[in-house]
Amino acid sequence: MPLAVPPELEKEIDDHITHYPVSKRSAVLPVLHHLQHHFGYLSEEAVEWTAAKLELEPIKVLEVVTFYPGFRQEAPGKYHIRVCRTLSCAMAGSYELMDSLCEKTGIDRSGVTHHHPIAVSGDGNFSIEFAECLASCGFGPVCMVNDDFHEAVTNIDGLLSQYSK
Amino acid sequence: MSGISYKSGRVPHAKEHRVVFRNIDRVGWDSSIATYLGEGGYEQLKKALALPKQEIIDEVKKAGLRGRGGAGFPCGVKWGFIPPTNTKPVYLICNADESEPGTFKDRYILHQDPHQLIEGMAIACFAVGANLSYIYIREEFPEAAKIVEKAIAEAHEKGFLGKNIQGSGFDLEIYVHRGAGAYICGEETGLIESLEGKRPYPRIKPPYFPAAMGLYLCPTIVNNVETLCHVKHILEIGADAWAKTGTPNNTGTRILCVSGDVQKPGYYEVEVGKVTMGEVINEMCGGLKPGRELKAVIPGGSSAKVLRADEVFTVGRGDDARQLTIWDIPMDFDTLAACGSMAGSGGVIVIDDSRSISWVLNNINNFYAHESCGQCTPCREGSLWMKKITDRVVAGKASPSDIDTLYGVAKNIDGRTICAFGEACSWPTESFVEKFRDELVSDTRPELEGAIVNAETLTAAAGL
Repeated sequence: MPLAVPPELEKEIDDHITHYPVSKRSAVLPVLHHLQHHFGYLSEEAVEWTAAKLELEPIKVLEVVTFYPGFRQEAPGKYHIRVCRTLSCAMAGSYELMDSLCEKTGIDRSGVTHHHPIAVSGDGNFSIEFAECLASCGFGPVCMVNDDFHEAVTNIDGLLSQYSK
Repeated sequence: MSGISYKSGRVPHAKEHRVVFRNIDRVGWDSSIATYLGEGGYEQLKKALALPKQEIIDEVKKAGLRGRGGAGFPCGVKWGFIPPTNTKPVYLICNADESEPGTFKDRYILHQDPHQLIEGMAIACFAVGANLSYIYIREEFPEAAKIVEKAIAEAHEKGFLGKNIQGSGFDLEIYVHRGAGAYICGEETGLIESLEGKRPYPRIKPPYFPAAMGLYLCPTIVNNVETLCHVKHILEIGADAWAKTGTPNNTGTRILCVSGDVQKPGYYEVEVGKVTMGEVINEMCGGLKPGRELKAVIPGGSSAKVLRADEVFTVGRGDDARQLTIWDIPMDFDTLAACGSMAGSGGVIVIDDSRSISWVLNNINNFYAHESCGQCTPCREGSLWMKKITDRVVAGKASPSDIDTLYGVAKNIDGRTICAFGEACSWPTESFVEKFRDELVSDTRPELEGAIVNAETLTAAAGL
């Protein structure tokens, strides 16, 4: 089934493509960002839609999707949490933060692998993954929930209560 | 700085010298163009548009501005690499991929003072003759991307971007391009590939020096956020006055990002070379945590070679030779290089005696194994092998000779790859093994030496 891209989103995408007057291929990342933001993840149909839009072979889009950790091919939870794993945050307790977040949201990370880094809670409300350095090393441990950024996370209940609906 | 006050808890230390971070955490400051214009914003761009281009390039050269992203390469010299006979379009890209572990400075410029960056970029674009420019912002900065896009729109509206800027005949469009979570995009040729819509596999140099063959194989200048901000300040006070801050060959100010085991981690803008490691840790950052002793410092982002707390460094030559302890090291490009490490991106990670060196190195190795782009075999395989070996050390399943293997793997990556990621991933292991061999070996088990252990047992033991 072809991807159902709402007209207003397609207009936004078409506008964005004009930022690359030399080569439409340059718009692969921004188009994928728009689609992932709208659909939550990048399906096979999203890859094909992007390829058709930019007049590329689908493999040219798929190879981008599979390379970048910021693109995902599976649906995340309603609230997707990224916990910084890297040194300064780890020293500040990011592994403990990951464990507590999993416990409180009922997420089981035992099936996580390099190619499937995201684990989703049973109710689909939350998903979680480790991210590499989120660039706030002085104020760890840090995490992102969707597009929101949180520093020095100690009050986990307080954090999660913002995303309870 | 008279008349400026800062938010509580974010007041600059007395030893700071705020230039690029002048407005960060400032009371009454916001990212709008009205606020920026209220303090002389875009006046330097207006001034630049009336100058001969070469004069701006010469001024930046004379100032001795060195790149703040990691390599410390002189910015004006980089600009001068565009072939004089060039007839192709020229592009300028601002590298806002900020992803070297330990580095967190560009984030604040993008969030709180985006017009400073846009003005610096516009001046730089005019100087190198670029009419199309991109800010490559890492995907994990969604808020920053929105703020910068709004600032670009405001600058457009006021005639500081677009066609015929301020009646000068100079046209410039700046667009935000968002990355997608890959560290390698901070490498300038990887960044260019990413901006072309591809996997960010770095290009081999020569021939692909960006200033000659960059974006769309046209001359391209890639500069860090902080570097481009300095361009504005060089024009404002002149190269001579600007170069009076800092120390010879290490001019200006730079932002140090301190994290790890100190009382007050954070960002500190200092004159390059005017403060020592001891002043940074003990005075600016309030010292180590109570009862702890310094074990090691990674002085310039996680790929910089580690410094051990009790090392004595000999720097300078002949009559100028002198010995320094870790506390005495002036925080500049040349001294940190002479100490066998680098100033890199300004990310200072402080490690105290409560930390296991094996654990620290393993964390770093996990990062590089995850981020290797996979293009060159020594790096793709080697970074993963290093991670696997230190996974075993941390799990208590390594033998003493594993440390030699680890070192050998690192040595076989360094210098054998297309881009500097090979060095970035091997230098931590090389330096940690050279300086902390005893501790690493003490975490291994001699009885495992020569034991035949199958891969499944090892994998299970390491919890993989």
